[in-house]
Amino acid sequence: MNAVLDFAVDFVGTVATTVFDVLPILAILVVFQVVVLRRRVQNLRGIIVGFLCVLLGLALFLIGLERALFPIGETMARQLTEAAATSGAAVDWRDYTLVYAFAAAIGFAATIAEPPLIAVALKAEKVSGGAISAWGLRIAVAVGVAVGVSLGCFRIVTGTPLPWYIVAAYVVVIAQTFRAGRTIIPLAYDSGGVTTSTVTVPVVAALGLGLAANVPGRSPLIDGFGLIAFASVFPIMSVLGYAAVVRLIGRLGKGGNAAGSNDQTRGTELNPS
Amino acid sequence: MAIALAIGKRLRDALRDLAPIVLVIAFFQAVVLQQPFPNLGNVLVGLVCVVVGLALFIQGLESGLFPIGESIAEAFAHKGSATLLLAFAFCLGLGATVAEPALIAIAAEAAEVAAEAGAIADEDEARLSYAFNLRMVVAMSVGFAIVLGVLRILKGWPIHRLIITGYVLVTILTVFAPDEIVGVAYDAGGVTTSTITVPLVTALGVGLATSIKGRDPMLDGFGLIAFACGMPVIFVLAYGMVM
Repeated sequence: MNAVLDFAVDFVGTVATTVFDVLPILAILVVFQVVVLRRRVQNLRGIIVGFLCVLLGLALFLIGLERALFPIGETMARQLTEAAATSGAAVDWRDYTLVYAFAAAIGFAATIAEPPLIAVALKAEKVSGGAISAWGLRIAVAVGVAVGVSLGCFRIVTGTPLPWYIVAAYVVVIAQTFRAGRTIIPLAYDSGGVTTSTVTVPVVAALGLGLAANVPGRSPLIDGFGLIAFASVFPIMSVLGYAAVVRLIGRLGKGGNAAGSNDQTRGTELNPS
Repeated sequence: MAIALAIGKRLRDALRDLAPIVLVIAFFQAVVLQQPFPNLGNVLVGLVCVVVGLALFIQGLESGLFPIGESIAEAFAHKGSATLLLAFAFCLGLGATVAEPALIAIAAEAAEVAAEAGAIADEDEARLSYAFNLRMVVAMSVGFAIVLGVLRILKGWPIHRLIITGYVLVTILTVFAPDEIVGVAYDAGGVTTSTITVPLVTALGVGLATSIKGRDPMLDGFGLIAFACGMPVIFVLAYGMVM
C-alpha cells in the first residue's frame, strides 16, 4: 500500500512541475492564433483534452525515466564494466569489448525501427527516383549510430578528449558534403537529428555516465557525456557515404539503372573508426 | 471512444519504440552477463510508466497542439509579414524545446553530475537552477536556429555553407570553453530534436518551401532540424564560457 501512496505523491508532484514545461508552447500557439492571426480556436475541447493528455503523459514519462530508463543504462554500464574485470590498475581498452558490443547493439536496434527515420527514408526513396532505397538508408543510419555509440564508449574508456573525435567527424562530413549530390545534403544532415529518440536518449546518456563512473580514472563530469553527440554526427557520415556509393555504382553500371540495389551497408566504410 | 482507440494505437507505437532496447538488454542480461537485474520490479513499473506516458503525450500532441501549430505555420507561409513569421519561428522553437522530454532528462542528469563533482553546490536548489538555465539556453538557441532556418528558406541560402560555418564556430569555441561543459554542449544538439520539435518544425519548413515560388520542398523544406541540432552546441559552449 505504501508503494502505491509513494507513487501517487510522486505523480502529483511531477504533474505540478510539468505544467510549466508544457504551458509555454500552448500559450504561444494560442496567442498567435487568436491575437496575431485573429482566428478563432477551433475544436477547443479537443485542445483541452489534448493538453491534459500531454501533461499526464509527460509526468508519467518522467517518473518512468527515474525508475526505469536511467537505472537500466546505469546498471548495464556497471555490470558490463564489472564483467570486463581489468587485471591490474591500468585500464586497457581491449578489456571492454562487451561494452562496445552492447553499445553497438543498442544503437542499431533503437535506430532501425525509429518512426521519423522510416518517414525520412521513404521520402528519400521517392525523391531520388528509387536510386536510394529506403531500407538502404535506414541500415546506413542505424550502422552509423551503432559505430558512433560504440566509438563513443571507446572514447570514455580511453579518456581521450571528445572534441578530437567530433571535430574529426565534422571534417569528414565537410569533405563528403563537397562531393555529394545536392538533394541528399539536407536529408543527410537531418538524419542525424532524427535518430535520437525520447526513449533512446536517456538510456544512452545513462550508459555513458555509468561507464565514466565505473571505469577507473574517468570522471562523469569530463568523460560521461558525448555519446548522444556521436549518435547524431555519425549517421550524417554514413548517409553521405551511402549516397556516394550508390552514385558510384550507378556510374559504373550501365546507365545507372542498377543503382542502389545491394550495397546498403557499404556507406559506412568511410567512417574513420 | 475514438480517443481510447487512438491511445491504444499510440500504446502500440510506444511499445514498438521500447521493444528493441528491452530486447537487446534482455539478451545481454540472459546470455552474456547472466546476472540478476537489481530492483527488477521497480524498473518494470517504470517501463510501464514510460510506455503509457509516451502514448498519452503523443496522442495529446496530435489531438491538441499539432493541428494548431500546423494551421498557423500554413497561414504564415501564405501571407503575413516577415517580422511576424520570424517572431513565430523563434517562439515555436523556444516553446517546443522547453517541453521536450529528452532535454528535461539530460538537463537533470547534467545537474546531478555537476553537483556530485562539486562544480555546483550539492543542493536541490542549485541543481534545479542549473538544469533550468541549461534548458533555457538550449531553448533560446533552438528558437534562434529556427529563425535562421526560416531566413534561409526565404532567401534561398545553400544549407551546407551555414552548417560548415557552424562546425567551424563549434571548433573554435571548444578551444576556449571549460572542459566540463563540452560533453553536455555536444550532447545538447541531439536531444533537442525529438517528439515535439521535429513535427512542428518540419511542418513550418515544408509549408514555407511549398508556398514560396522557386523553392523545392525537398531541398529547402528540410534542414531546419539540422540547424536546431547544431545551434544548441554553440550556445551551450558560449554559456559555459560566460558562466
